[in-house]
Amino acid sequence: MSPHHVSESELHAYVDGELPAARRQAVEAHLAAHPHSAERVRAYAGHKQALKALFDPVLDEPLPPSLQAWTAPPATPHTANAARPWWPQWSLQRMAASVLIALVSGTGGWVLRGGGPEATPPATLATVSPLPRQAAIAHVVYSPDVRRPVEIGAEHEDQLVAWLSKRLGTAVHPPKLGAQGYELIGGRLLPGNHGPVAQFMYHDASGQRLTLYVSTEIPHNQDTGFRFAQEGPVSVFYWVDGPFGYALSAGIGKAELAQIATAVYDQLEHR
Amino acid sequence: MDRHALSVEIPRLRRYARALLGNPTAADDLVQDTLERAWTRLAQWHPDRDLRVWLFSIMHNLRVDQLRRHHLPTDTLDIHDIDLPTRATQADRLEVRDLARAVERLPLEQREVVLLAALEDMSYTDMAHTLNIPLGTVMSRLSRGREKLRLILAGQTPPTQLRVVR
Repeated sequence: MSPHHVSESELHAYVDGELPAARRQAVEAHLAAHPHSAERVRAYAGHKQALKALFDPVLDEPLPPSLQAWTAPPATPHTANAARPWWPQWSLQRMAASVLIALVSGTGGWVLRGGGPEATPPATLATVSPLPRQAAIAHVVYSPDVRRPVEIGAEHEDQLVAWLSKRLGTAVHPPKLGAQGYELIGGRLLPGNHGPVAQFMYHDASGQRLTLYVSTEIPHNQDTGFRFAQEGPVSVFYWVDGPFGYALSAGIGKAELAQIATAVYDQLEHR
Repeated sequence: MDRHALSVEIPRLRRYARALLGNPTAADDLVQDTLERAWTRLAQWHPDRDLRVWLFSIMHNLRVDQLRRHHLPTDTLDIHDIDLPTRATQADRLEVRDLARAVERLPLEQREVVLLAALEDMSYTDMAHTLNIPLGTVMSRLSRGREKLRLILAGQTPPTQLRVVR
């Protein structure tokens, strides 16, 4: 192969870290000279990361009894004949587990598949305002972005605050979440239903990202307490305080997110 | 071998099976069958061999057996294979579940490599061993699968072949 020619497979090997150093330079030179290829490579890498974010929550799900039973070897010797005696018992376990899974799925946990019932947020506020859904979509669109997750980074927090406050027409400040292990990456301006809304993004040491969505579009006075919505793999806590609607989104469990949401709420409340 | 070593791989098997099959119940059934086979064939596992690759290859072989036995695709024909022209113009295409749906629209052999690379960050060599295919095939399937996924998510309809009812 010519040293200057870069194949499709090499673009993917670049995304996957499978290229030898010499070819990596050739690919990078190619990408610098071909913006369309670079755009595609960014998309491939973004989708790779988004897929992981989408399915990683499965890792934290408790094992159903049908699988618990297989965390240790079966008591009988490992031969085909000896396998017979415990087969019937195992089938029963499997059936029981299927029922359990069906029940759990039915109560709204992990509903991602098309065609099935959707995980609907609690009715009252959600019917008036699609706040949690907007926030969850903004979360999945921007948080997997490796290179440009935000428009203005935390190193220019002053500018970020001044700019977002000006565009939203009211003072907005990102809360400090260092005590919860999260630091500010930065923020961006987004289109809401009628005008601009803001998104602040944070990450922890492991790279887990969470976003705080701030809307000033809440129609009239309808303060709420904490509410929770599950949008696919994204957990969202949201609340309305005066003219502000806040939604905190992350691909982590409800309990963990609740602690962070409480800290955010306290800070915004006492500002 | 350390019995713990096998059980720590279970969540990863579940994650991949869930992504591959979409249906949580079917995915856990596949993982369960994989574990059963792994425990009964533990003698065939060589300590030099990566345990995870061995487990994933067992799961892959079971899946191939299932498909062969039923002579039926287990991926059901879904409405999105039919109404593509209107689909891309709808405003809901940024929703969370679209990524899952887009993956489901990939042919199984492309879905496998795209998911192994994304979820397991598995090396191409390990993928070749897991799926029992040549390295070059891993790479060509990955190129085609990722490009197709990109076009689906960008709202462009990738060139669709008419699917023969399998």
